[in-house]
Amino acid sequence: MASSAMLVTTAALDWVSAAFDAPLARAVVFGIHIDGHLVVEMLLIAVILFQLSRKSYKHPKKPLTEKEIDDLCEEWVPEPLCPPISEEKQFHTPTLESAAAPHTIVNGKEVVNFASANYLGLIGHEKIINSCIGSLEKYGVGSCGPRAFYGTIDVHLDCEKKIANFLGTPDSIIYSYGISTIFSVIPAFCKKGDIIVADEGVHWGVQNGLYLSRSTVVYFKHNDMASLQSTLEKLTRGNKRAEKLRRYIVVEAVYQNSGQVAPLDEIIRLKEKYRFRVILDENHSFGVLGNSGRGLAEYYGVPIEKIDIITAGMGNSLATDGGFCTGSVRVVDHQRLSSSGYVFSASLPPYLATAAISAVDYLEENPSILATLKNNIALLRKGLSDVAGLEVSSSPQSPIVFLKLKKSRGSQDKDLQVLEKIVSRVLHEDSVFLVTSKRSTLDKCRLPVGIRIFVSAGHSESDILKAVDSLKRVAALELE
Amino acid sequence: MVRLPYLTALTTLFSYGLLFAFGQMRDFFRKILDLWKSKNLQGYAPICLGLEDFYTRRLYLRIQDCFNRPIASAPDAWIDVVERYSKDSNKTLHRTSKINKCLNLGSYNYLGFAAADEYCTPRVIESLKQYSPSTCSARVDGGTTKLHAELEEVVARFVRKPAAILFGMGYATNSAIIPALIGKGGLIISDSLNHNSIVNGARGSGATVRVFQHNSAAHLEEVLREQIAEGQPRTHRPWKKIIVIIEGIYSMEGELCKLPEIIAVCKKYKAYTYLDEAHSIGAIGKSGRGVCELLGVDTADMDIMMGTFTKSFGSCGGYIAASKEIIQHLKNTCPAHFYATSMSPPAAQQVISAIKVVLGEDGSNRGAQKLAQIRDNSNFFRSELHKMGFEVLGDNDSPVMPIMLYNPAKIPAFSRECLRRNLAVVTVAFPATPLLLARARICISASHTREDMIKALEVISKVGDLVGIKYFPVEPQKHLTDKIQKKLE
Repeated sequence: MASSAMLVTTAALDWVSAAFDAPLARAVVFGIHIDGHLVVEMLLIAVILFQLSRKSYKHPKKPLTEKEIDDLCEEWVPEPLCPPISEEKQFHTPTLESAAAPHTIVNGKEVVNFASANYLGLIGHEKIINSCIGSLEKYGVGSCGPRAFYGTIDVHLDCEKKIANFLGTPDSIIYSYGISTIFSVIPAFCKKGDIIVADEGVHWGVQNGLYLSRSTVVYFKHNDMASLQSTLEKLTRGNKRAEKLRRYIVVEAVYQNSGQVAPLDEIIRLKEKYRFRVILDENHSFGVLGNSGRGLAEYYGVPIEKIDIITAGMGNSLATDGGFCTGSVRVVDHQRLSSSGYVFSASLPPYLATAAISAVDYLEENPSILATLKNNIALLRKGLSDVAGLEVSSSPQSPIVFLKLKKSRGSQDKDLQVLEKIVSRVLHEDSVFLVTSKRSTLDKCRLPVGIRIFVSAGHSESDILKAVDSLKRVAALELE
Repeated sequence: MVRLPYLTALTTLFSYGLLFAFGQMRDFFRKILDLWKSKNLQGYAPICLGLEDFYTRRLYLRIQDCFNRPIASAPDAWIDVVERYSKDSNKTLHRTSKINKCLNLGSYNYLGFAAADEYCTPRVIESLKQYSPSTCSARVDGGTTKLHAELEEVVARFVRKPAAILFGMGYATNSAIIPALIGKGGLIISDSLNHNSIVNGARGSGATVRVFQHNSAAHLEEVLREQIAEGQPRTHRPWKKIIVIIEGIYSMEGELCKLPEIIAVCKKYKAYTYLDEAHSIGAIGKSGRGVCELLGVDTADMDIMMGTFTKSFGSCGGYIAASKEIIQHLKNTCPAHFYATSMSPPAAQQVISAIKVVLGEDGSNRGAQKLAQIRDNSNFFRSELHKMGFEVLGDNDSPVMPIMLYNPAKIPAFSRECLRRNLAVVTVAFPATPLLLARARICISASHTREDMIKALEVISKVGDLVGIKYFPVEPQKHLTDKIQKKLE
């Protein structure tokens, strides 16, 4: 087939050149002999050029007509803004009728409160309330503006200095909301292309920060240093490009989701070996761990400058609100113009900054309060060591005592239902207020759920024994 | 929209070009000097790479003293600005004990609740004694007090929606709530000048984000038609839902949202509406109920209404008001409700009391007076600025009025000259505004008296002449017209 087509073409070309040969015979232009051959070749080149100059073939575009778009818009049915609400997913939160101190009032009844991260027992402390009143009278309630635009009150600067001095860091920066601290700090330092190695059990604030940073995030097994090491090894070995990128390890000091304490000495060793920076979230360890409450670094005896960035909420041990980030001057100054939660948000109400200053003062003057807290934690852990169907899974130093089911019911939701029932009976029958570790559906943490008991230095021995007895009794009824 | 005059654009670009060139030169020398230092990094990549902090180092630091000025008083009509000095040409600033009493045109103290108030303050102190500054717990755990429940009910009533939910920070309200409402497969159509918290919330949700031209209902319609017809990118499946996000008053423009037009478009295309009333709630409308009341839009047409307590109510935190089902859904899913420390109880009490004053439930008419005063003050101030020939953005009734400065050198000049004459104004530059559109922003308060206003206008006029920002011809002065009238008589 092909050869016959070739033959036909060759014959046609020969004929054409022959046809041109005759009239053009012996025509010479600028010394070039023009014959039929040349004419054919010129023709072919012209055709090729013509074809090349044309655009490649495309489907003819037929844009939708206005009528069609109208129909599409007419047809489109959006989903409802929220899914229908199922009854079992609802949480019944008790409403407090007095301050969330170790003893509070729910439904007109006095209960022992283990639901507030009031570790130092500073809620209701007279000295702090008095300092707040002074501040309220001088500065009013809100600051009415972001820090850049006359929202910087002198107490904010004092508070920043106080925290930096307390921790022994060069400088610190205050945010107006605990949870927004970490999710503003991470994107301020980590950008697209940077590498972050994070623990898989980090709380939602950190998860959100990791997501917003758009960096490459690699998770390691919860609080497992072998897993961290192998992750770091895998990322850096033979990877010349990684040396040029900023690399961070993101961990929590005391994990909100499990009560585990991060082994900082090991993390620092790995960080120095693989040249990573560390971002440490000290939400539940600042003001709690260490002999004077200076947090995880003090507890492990690690010099604080080895940790590059430390963040913490002030809504826990300091019993106020907001959060801070501390580190070198460069780290802090960088945030003042590029951390969105700091730049674009109104500043912390001044009375809350005053409360933070007074709380740190109090801690400095009364370090013995930490011993009380430690005793309380030990007492509670001892009591809970043999509760039917439940086990303590938090670290011994953690102020969050985390109780999880010995045998999971198969899913987080089912576990949570069982635990919720226990907690609700404990509250209603024995007036002890405990909470489960409820999770938002947006939370990606897959660690087992449990009962979170926030121990405070303000709890008396009888409070703790009461909680232990009640839990033992109800757990025995519910889980056996 | 702002129309940048040709010559001004040219000089502004030239100024930035010059700053950039000098900055680059200094960076070059720094690099040579720092060559030996870089070995100290020991294998760490630098915390800021190359140009990332160029703007901060070479442009911002020069005029750092115009921002973050500390004050030593409540952010009321008059404030005590703490004087600062620098020994290293503005790289670091140190506080002194000297203060400078200034008229405050910077704070978002629209209704004047920033300072002690005869009705609110005693109640706040009472709540502080009763509830302490914090609950140390999340709303879903042990962070719900009676005050929180009461405030939710008061806010819902105030904005005329069935239910409301509270958060301890305005910024987090947006950035934590949007992911709970929409996710992958959804579309967010956002005004081009929306606040950073909305941008971050939309980004964090995982939904596709499209932008429509600022305040243009026509362009919104165009985008909606195109997106509904196209569906999701690549798969062309229909969108799950579409949320249009707008603000009541745009804080950097002072403009009111063109709400009736935008709502009509949203209704036509079945898009949900999300209105951020951070600056408008409490400040405008006959009874302070915000932009819906001012423009005569039924709140039932809004799906989600968001607002903050930082501004008009002089407290902190934010709210979402919507139908009972949506609020219940948010209470079951929103991360900020689950993990963040609940709003400080005394701050909640401040808002409850402030709303009661605004609604006249405190038994006086102070609320109505405040609303009349801020409206009066704003309109007076705006019309006077216009008369003087300033380029003022924004709409009538809006208490936010930006004055265009453009040139980078005029930013510190305006700010410092005003401060020298005891007037505290806010100047805004990149990154809060586009690079070429630097401006000064005036926020009017109900606590300003007419004398305050006149003093401020005198100073601004004087400084305006000095700095050269009266871009429009000056209207005939009032005393001139008076003279002419006298002559005629």
